[in-house]
Amino acid sequence: MITITTVVATVPGLTEADILHYVEAEWVRPARQAGEPVFSETDLARIRLIQDLRTALEVEEPTLPLVLSLLDQLYATRRQLRLLLETASPELRAQLADRFGG
Amino acid sequence: MAQDPYQTLGIPKTATAEQIKAAYRKLAKKHHPDLNPGNAAAEARFKAASSANELLSDPERRARFDRGEIDAEGQPTERAFYRQYAEGDQAGRYRSAGAEDDAFGDIFSELFRQAGTRGGAGAAGAGGRAFRGQDQHFSLTIPFREAALGGSQHITLPEGRSLDVAIPPGLRDGQTIRLRGQGHAGFNGGPAGDALIEVSVAPHPFFRREGDDIHVDLPVTVAEAVLGGKVNVPTLSGPVSLTVPRHSDAGRKLRLRGRGIPAHGDRPAGDLYVTLHLVAGQPDAALEDALRAWAERHPTDPRAHLQEGA
Repeated sequence: MITITTVVATVPGLTEADILHYVEAEWVRPARQAGEPVFSETDLARIRLIQDLRTALEVEEPTLPLVLSLLDQLYATRRQLRLLLETASPELRAQLADRFGG
Repeated sequence: MAQDPYQTLGIPKTATAEQIKAAYRKLAKKHHPDLNPGNAAAEARFKAASSANELLSDPERRARFDRGEIDAEGQPTERAFYRQYAEGDQAGRYRSAGAEDDAFGDIFSELFRQAGTRGGAGAAGAGGRAFRGQDQHFSLTIPFREAALGGSQHITLPEGRSLDVAIPPGLRDGQTIRLRGQGHAGFNGGPAGDALIEVSVAPHPFFRREGDDIHVDLPVTVAEAVLGGKVNVPTLSGPVSLTVPRHSDAGRKLRLRGRGIPAHGDRPAGDLYVTLHLVAGQPDAALEDALRAWAERHPTDPRAHLQEGA
């Protein structure tokens, strides 16, 4: 688990206020321990992504939730597809490969 | 040898800082790995653009590169992109809200139905295979006393759900508590996964734990040690009175039976071990006089045994 201080130290150009803002807006949803947010590697990578979106990719703040939501949907779909392929029977895989040109 | 950073960004050598930034942003928007999951070429281009930008946006490093003092082989900072986690279990909490209701979205249920009829896989294929939801892992730190005596802790999970975790008495540092059925929901009627909570026990300011026994250092005055007497000792369940035997020495260990970790399961209660520590307190002339007179009449060397081995 990663504390907010560590996140600030790891991501260049990021302040504690930025992180608290991301958490407040629920763009990042860390676990809480004794009332303090604690971050996972996933949360950290997501914070970097948001930082990239805001700086390099020039996504304006009002548009950011839309972009995140679309990304979340994309990744949820990819995750489901992966689960599907992992649990599919060999016959089903063969059929899928047939149909989608594998 | 890395490619020429000006070529990577597609800008002339005379480009201004603004032009560099704009060129980098244009490429980042197109090739950011998190916007191009599964596209290795995009990742390579993004990394190239990032390191070109890193080099050229630093005026000093750019000048050195232009003079041929350094090549473009900057060390691109290794970092994890969100997409590496986004399809993993942990990122489940960032699923879009609608997907929570039907974790296996309608398209997929449809696909399973089709597979059942077309492939003739039989009954199991008809509604999609049922399988168990994923386990979720959490960590929790609890106070020393709570871990020793047991109790209940309320924790708030990342997705906003909260759980009451029953702490069994005598819980050890690093132990994992399993809450059945509190993990991710199952698919197609399968059972939910479990929540696994790894518990750390916070250290106590003066109690130490060894197995089911508790140890505490107890300061006593010289008078209490020599003359004996009743003193109060803190225990997990409040202070108890302990008789310090007459002529006790520093370091003497006294045991309070059954005052350690309470009995749990088939383990009997542990004991509380109290180690005496002598404190001089605030000596005054009267004490000095008394000790001087006493010492003169009782010459003794408590360090004599240390000489033998030296």
